[in-house]
Order: sequence, then structure tokens, then C-alpha cells
Amino acid sequence: MLNFNPSLIIPELFMAAVLIALFVQCLSDRLKDKVSWIVGAAFLGTLLTAFSPTHPQFMFYESFRIDALSQFFKTIIFLGLTICAGNAIRIRSLSNANRADYFLFMFLSAFGLLLLASTVELFTMYLALELASFSLFIMLPLRNQDLGAVEGTVKYVLFGAVATAIGLYGISYIMAGMHTTYLRELLGMEWSFAQHPMAMIGLTLFLLTFLYKLALFPFHFWAPDVYQGASNETATFAATMPKVGAIVILVRLMSFAPGIEVKAILAVLAVVSMTLGNLIALRQNDVKRLLGYSSVSHAGFVVIGLVAGGAYGLAAASYYALVYMLMNLTIFWVVTRISRDEKNVLITDLRGLYSSSPILAFVLAVSAFALVGLPPTAGFIGKLFLFNTAWAEGFQWLVIIGVINTALAIFYYLNLVRHAYTLDESTPSKINLGPAGGSVALVLALGVLYLGIMPHGIFNLLLHASQGLLS
Amino acid sequence: MPMTGFPMLSVLIFFPLVAAIALIPFRNASAIKVFTLVVSLVECLLLLPIIVAFDTTTASFQFVEKLAWIEAWNIQYYLGIDGISVLMVLLTVFLLPLCVLCSWRYIGQRIKEFNISLLLMTSVCLGIFCALDFVLFYIFWEAMLVPMYLLIAVWGGPYRRYASLKFFIYTLTGSTLFLAAIVAFYINTGTFSIPELMNHYYSFQFQFWTFLGMTLAFAVKVPIYPLHTWLPAAHVEAPTAGSVLLASILLKMGSYGFLRFCLPLTPAASDYFAPLMIVLGVISIIVGSFLALGQTDMKKLIAYSSVAHMGFVTLGIFVFAFRGIEGAIMHMVNHGVITGGLFLMVGLIYERSHSRELADNRGVSTALPAYTGFLLLFSLAAFGFPGTNGFFSKMLVLLGVFHANFWLGVFFIIGMILGLAYLLRLLLIVGWGKPSQVQPDWKDMNLREWIYLAPLGLLVLYLGLAPGKALSFIDPSIDNLLSDFQRERNMIRQAAPEQRLPHFLAERTNTESDIFLRVEDPAIAPKKDRSTGAFGE
Repeated sequence: MLNFNPSLIIPELFMAAVLIALFVQCLSDRLKDKVSWIVGAAFLGTLLTAFSPTHPQFMFYESFRIDALSQFFKTIIFLGLTICAGNAIRIRSLSNANRADYFLFMFLSAFGLLLLASTVELFTMYLALELASFSLFIMLPLRNQDLGAVEGTVKYVLFGAVATAIGLYGISYIMAGMHTTYLRELLGMEWSFAQHPMAMIGLTLFLLTFLYKLALFPFHFWAPDVYQGASNETATFAATMPKVGAIVILVRLMSFAPGIEVKAILAVLAVVSMTLGNLIALRQNDVKRLLGYSSVSHAGFVVIGLVAGGAYGLAAASYYALVYMLMNLTIFWVVTRISRDEKNVLITDLRGLYSSSPILAFVLAVSAFALVGLPPTAGFIGKLFLFNTAWAEGFQWLVIIGVINTALAIFYYLNLVRHAYTLDESTPSKINLGPAGGSVALVLALGVLYLGIMPHGIFNLLLHASQGLLS
Repeated sequence: MPMTGFPMLSVLIFFPLVAAIALIPFRNASAIKVFTLVVSLVECLLLLPIIVAFDTTTASFQFVEKLAWIEAWNIQYYLGIDGISVLMVLLTVFLLPLCVLCSWRYIGQRIKEFNISLLLMTSVCLGIFCALDFVLFYIFWEAMLVPMYLLIAVWGGPYRRYASLKFFIYTLTGSTLFLAAIVAFYINTGTFSIPELMNHYYSFQFQFWTFLGMTLAFAVKVPIYPLHTWLPAAHVEAPTAGSVLLASILLKMGSYGFLRFCLPLTPAASDYFAPLMIVLGVISIIVGSFLALGQTDMKKLIAYSSVAHMGFVTLGIFVFAFRGIEGAIMHMVNHGVITGGLFLMVGLIYERSHSRELADNRGVSTALPAYTGFLLLFSLAAFGFPGTNGFFSKMLVLLGVFHANFWLGVFFIIGMILGLAYLLRLLLIVGWGKPSQVQPDWKDMNLREWIYLAPLGLLVLYLGLAPGKALSFIDPSIDNLLSDFQRERNMIRQAAPEQRLPHFLAERTNTESDIFLRVEDPAIAPKKDRSTGAFGE
């Protein structure tokens, strides 16, 4: 049944309207640089989504589902988009001519992610993912005369093409094994290698597509290059939003409770990803590249929750997705503010940050400590939830490797704080932050602390959402 | 008196935090200092109701506050103090005004940030001693690293970056497995509440691993040889107030952890590992003392002496005797008072000579008579001169140790003699050595210095001559701790004697899945029904 009910998809319709407006702006020379309204639009989208109905409903021939999980992820996608757009609004590495186009593609990519949050059919997922990816492919190299950006993009595109091809191949196996591509029907199937070997292989292959988006080992090679190559503003978007989209699909797929074969593969990948990401990050000088490897390690942490599975595990993974997005948006916000002439920020550039901007130094410290997983920040509580579920499901070794990874990671995050607070430049020049730059930074930092101190409301919501997913 | 209605402990913990936030808009340096001093004195006044109302007849937790926090995981906001923690709470608050005063002139830059860090540190330390929920405890436990790191890294000496980094990495790495142990406890019982966890029994293998996970965290903090190497670096580089906090409060968190978690939660494993801990304690005493004997830097000397002193505390805890634990707790407080005082003395002379080397500070007794008097008092107390508090607590530990094993007592005495040696060396050189330089401009202690040293001096004498009041605070809790400990240990011993064999690792093949499960043997019926697990059934 088509079951078209516009009141349920107000956020998507709103987004489509924004996209049309942006498209019109692209065509007109006079309107091209008047883009500051989009931050407000994205924020309005956040509010629209946050107060949208969450009662489970199918639409579009059961390929699209509105439920608590989808609306939660749409809200945080809009929220992240608001911050990404606000971060990029003054982007200087673009000529004015390109400005509207840049935001058109950013919002188009976010639109793909919004759809992704609601899709419950394998091919629809695939299409939504491609919409999100292709727009991003165009956005990434938009940096003045920078070959690094092109290099990162080429890696991303080639990897992405292969990964999605593998995913498509996986769908064919699932179809052959289970005779359906609807999640609702797949949920009731027996996902074990003994029963449906073909479908299990297909599921693994399909998962790989999203693990690539998540930058999990061994699909992580693009992350550091893209982070380093793309402009600071684009990297902010690329580092956070596609991962949120990937996590929502992984959460939906892992609600099948697949057998130990898939879980074992994921667990091993998580371990390698955490450890490798942290070890390589120890040696980085470029802050964005460092964050690229840190994201590889965080991908491993998210997968801990997915491996554990069950309502608690999936809720913990979803919570960590939110935490991950917020931590990274916060630290990227700082990096973008520090950067001079759109250049990449090296660790040594952080020297004396406390003298040049105490607010940024504080926000950097909060986000770095959150990334380590130090209480009372969100990073700690998110990891605690993941560890609890993994231990309860019998993955004690995964928890132990996880906590040891905290010890591995501490140096390079602390190094950021150390440079900001203790290594003084002789003549620190003040960073002109402006009221907006400073207040958004503080709000982000407070958000990271809030999620660490008061997690129960959101976590309960996610718990209900994932219970709804499993029933 | 379980509930007072008024959230006394929350006020005590969060008042410095709120004050720290209120300090942010301040601009004027002296206004900042006065404000912090007033805050710290008010904080001391807040202690009065606790001292007055503390019930010395019960071992149960007092001033309890319990609120649901994260219901999905059964995490509570749960505070309370008993005999084991109350003295540490008192000491933490008591030291705050002294730290503010001793930094009055010493800290010349970023004064506001320094005072904010001090207040945050106090807040978090109080949280550690009051928390009765494992997650809440761990949050405070880790959050403590940040202000302490900043105190060392920003206001420290020339090698502050190295020292602060080492401190941070050491302590954080030590605590990571502690988190895994906390998760294991939770999955096993369905609760993070420490009093509730104490009412459960755990299989020996479970205790074995969780004990190791927890002890690594505590042993780094104490610090026990060979995990002590961060301590001298951090002590030497930290500003005076930082050193005082490190020595007096931070090190005590480790031994507090042993008493609060290891003994009640994992009694059989504590018993099993006691020989190891005792040997490491003895090594800490001997090695720490010898290292202290060889130092030329006054701060380093006192830092190594802390290693030795904390060895005495470890020894007192792991002989599992009433007097031993009583002595250990008293020595935690006394060492806080004495070593805090000694670090203040070093800071004081550093403000005059700008050097901490013994060679640069020789023979100050004629120029600084009052200073020498205090140095004498604290040094005598540190090696346990009768009449001082150091004597009293060491004697209690010695009673417990001799009771446990004669030869252990012999090592203890050797440690005390070594203590006498290095402290006399410090005292003789600084007090009555050949003057290293003409010091016409060195003034004796001024009023501010009198104000922050006199209370510590009085405490040394008070706790040495009339310790009855302090003992009455802690005795019921120790009684309770030891009787629970012995009962649970014996139960494990009787129930599964084969589990006590050291080669249990070989048995993992058939019991692998049970490692983290509670003993289901009917012979050891739990005190109360097992609450539902984390996930219902």
C-alpha cells in the first residue's frame, strides 16, 4: 500500500523545499551568495523532526517506516546539519559563485541520510545511501587548488564504489536465500549459517557497505585522507553525518540478531579497528588526520554495541552515535576556528591556545576528554553503556580490549590539551572568535557534558525505540 | 541516623564546584584569593554539623542520599559516609584553606584558574570519599585527574610537562581495568550500589579477577612498588598546594579503595593475594626509605618517604587485624597531616631560597627559628616520635603486624629505623648544617605562614596525645568490616577448598563459562535473594 500521509514526512518535505530553494539560488547569479538563511532552516528542521509523531507506521509500499528510532536519528541528523552549516557558513576556500552549490550538495547529502534513517527495504537503503554518498563526492574536492582534497576524494569514491558494489552483490545473496528484501519479513527469519548460509554471506557483504561508511577496519583507508584533504568545514560534515547514517542502518540490520558467525567477524574487526586506529593516531601531527584515525577507533567502539545486540546493545550503539557526532562536531568546530587561511591545523598550532582564546581551549579540552572517554563527559557514559551490554552478552574480552584501548588513546588526546594549556607561545595573538563562534562552541561543550551527566532521558527513548525494532 | 533530610554531603561536594563557577567572572587577583579563602572557610564550617551529628555507635552509612539517576542501568546518585571515609572527608576539607593560603604568593600567574582548579579538586576528592555507587565513584575517580593534571602541568616546575603527562597516563591506565571490574560486578548482580554489592557473595575466580582489576588502579594511586615512579616526578614538579593535595588526599584514595572495595567485595581474593600485597608493602617501605636517604632534593626526599609511609598503610590493611586496619586508617590521616606539613615547609623555604636542594638550604636555624621548630615537629612526627600522631598510628599498625607475623614486625622496625635516618638527615642538614650562604634577607615565618602551619602542628599533637575521638569515629566500621570479611572469607574457604588451589587457571577449561558467575553452591546461601540481573531474566 502506498499509504501516503504527508503529515508523517513533514521533515522530509521541508528538506525537499529547502533543496528546491537552494537549487533556484544556484541558478541565479544575484542570489548565489545569500545563503545564511540555511542555518536557521536546518534548525527549524531539527525542531520539526523533534516534535514529529513517532508511532510506528509504514509508508510507500512498506519500504519506508516512521518509528522512534528513525525520528531520533533524523533529529540528530538535522541537528548535526545545523552545526555543520553554521560551521561552513563563512567558508573562504570557496568563491562566492560556488557557495549555494556547496550547500545544495551538503543538504542533498543530508537528505539522503534522512531517507536512510527511515528505509526498511534493502534496495531503498541502497538508493538512499547512494544519494547521500554522491552528493558528498562532489562536495569533498571543493577546496581551492588543493591536490590533497582531490586525492582524498578519489580514494573515497573508489572505495565507495567497490563497497557499494559489494553491498549490492550481498543483496542478491539475501534475496536468493530469503526471497525477500523487506526488513519486516527478514526480521522473522532464522539468521544462522546452518539454516541460511547464503543469506548470512549476503548479510555480511551488505554490512560491509555500511562499515565502509563507518570507516571500520579494513575499510578505513579513506578516512584519514579525506579528513586531511578536505577543507575543515567539509571534513566536519564528512566526519560526522555519514557515520550517523551508517549506524542507523547497522542498528536496523543487527536487529535480526544474526548468528555468532557475523558477530564474531564484527567483534574481530572492532578489536582491530580500535587498536589500530589508536596506535596510528599516536604518531600524527595533523589534527584532522589524527581525528581521522581516532574515528577509526571510535567505529570499533560503536561496533561493540552492535555485536552485543539486543535492545540494550542497539540502544547503546545509537546513543554512542549521538555522542560520537557531538564530540566530533565540537572538536571540529574548534579546529575550524583555529585554522588560519583555511589551512590544516597541526598539533603545534594549538600552542598557547589558552592565551589566545580561553573559550576554545576549554571546549577543546572538553571534547578531547570526551573522546578519551573520561568522566563526566558523554564519551565515558557512552562507553560504559557499550561495555555493560557487551559484558552481559558474554563478550568480556571485547570489553577488556576496549578499556585497554582507552589507555592507548589517552596520550594523543591529552597531547592536544597539553599543547593548548601548557605550551605557551611568546606572543600569542588573540583569535577573533565573534559572539556566535564562542557561544556555539560553549553550547556544544555543554551538550557533551550534559549527555554525560544526564543520559537517562535520551537513553530511555532509545531503549524503547530499539525494543520496538525487535518486536 | 540514616537520613537527615538535608543533603549535607551534596552541599559539601558541590559548594566548591559552584564557587569555582562563580569565580569565572572575577578579574582582580586579590579579590579572587580572598573569595577562595572565604569559600574554603565556609566549607570548613559546613563540616561542623557532620562532626557533631556523626553517630559513633553504628557502622552503617550516614548522611545517606539516594536518588535514581540512570534508571535503565540502575545507576544511582548515592552518597554516604561511614567510619572509613569520614576522616578522609574531614582532612580533605581541612586542607583546602591551607592550600589557598600557601599559594597566596607562590602562584604568580593565572591565579583565577589556579583557585578554580583547587576548588574543583576539593569537590571531586570529596565525591570520591562519599560516593556509594560504583559509577558515581568512578566518575569522581577519573574526573580527579583533570584538575590535578592542570595543577601540575600549568603551575609546576621546569619538568612539569613530563611529570604531569606521566601522572595522567599512569593513573588513567591503572584505572581502565577497574572499569571492566565495575562492569563485571554490575552484570553479575544487577546493581552498582556498593552497600548492596557488599551483600552478595562471589565465586573465588570472580573475586580473583576483579580484585586484580581493582587493585591495579589502587596500587598505582597508593603507590605500591613498582608502580610508584610517577610519584616523585609529580611531587617534585607540582606547586606546593599540588604536592600537599597529592600527598595528603590523592595517595589515600588508593588505600581507601582497598578498604572500601577489595576487602568487603573480594574477601577471598584479598586473602589469597595478601602475601603479595604484604611483600610489595615491605618492599615499598624499604626501597622508599633507601631512595629517600639518597635524595638531595627536599621534595623528592619527602616524596619517596611517602612511598615508604604508604607501605606501612598497605601492610596494616593486609594483615587483616583490627589494630592493623585501625592504624592504617589513622596513618592515612596522620600521613596526610605530617607530609602535608612537610611539603608546606619545603614550599616555605623555597619562597626564600628559590631552591629545594638540601645544599642550598643548610643551617637555617639561626635565621628561621620558628621554621626550624615546625620542621622539627613534623619530622619527629614523621618518624614516629612518641607523643606525636605518627607514633600513635605506627604503633597500632605495628601491633597488628606483630600479631600476624613476627618477622614482618622485624621488617617494620627496620623500616622505621630507616625513616629515622632519612628524616634526621633532612632535619640536621636544614636545621643545623653548616650554613650554605649568608642569609641576611631571609625573614622568619610571617603571620600567613603561621596561620597555615599552626593548625597542622596542633593536629600533630592533638592526634598524637588524644586520638580517642578520632578512633571512636572509625572503630565501629572497622569492626563491621573485619567481621564481614572473616565470615565471607571462611565461607569461600569451606565451600570450595579446591578453588583455593593456586593452579585454578588450569581448571578454566571446564569452568570457563562460570568464571564470572556467582557461586551457585547451596552451601553458601546468599544473605539476600539475588536481585534480578541487568536484563531481567
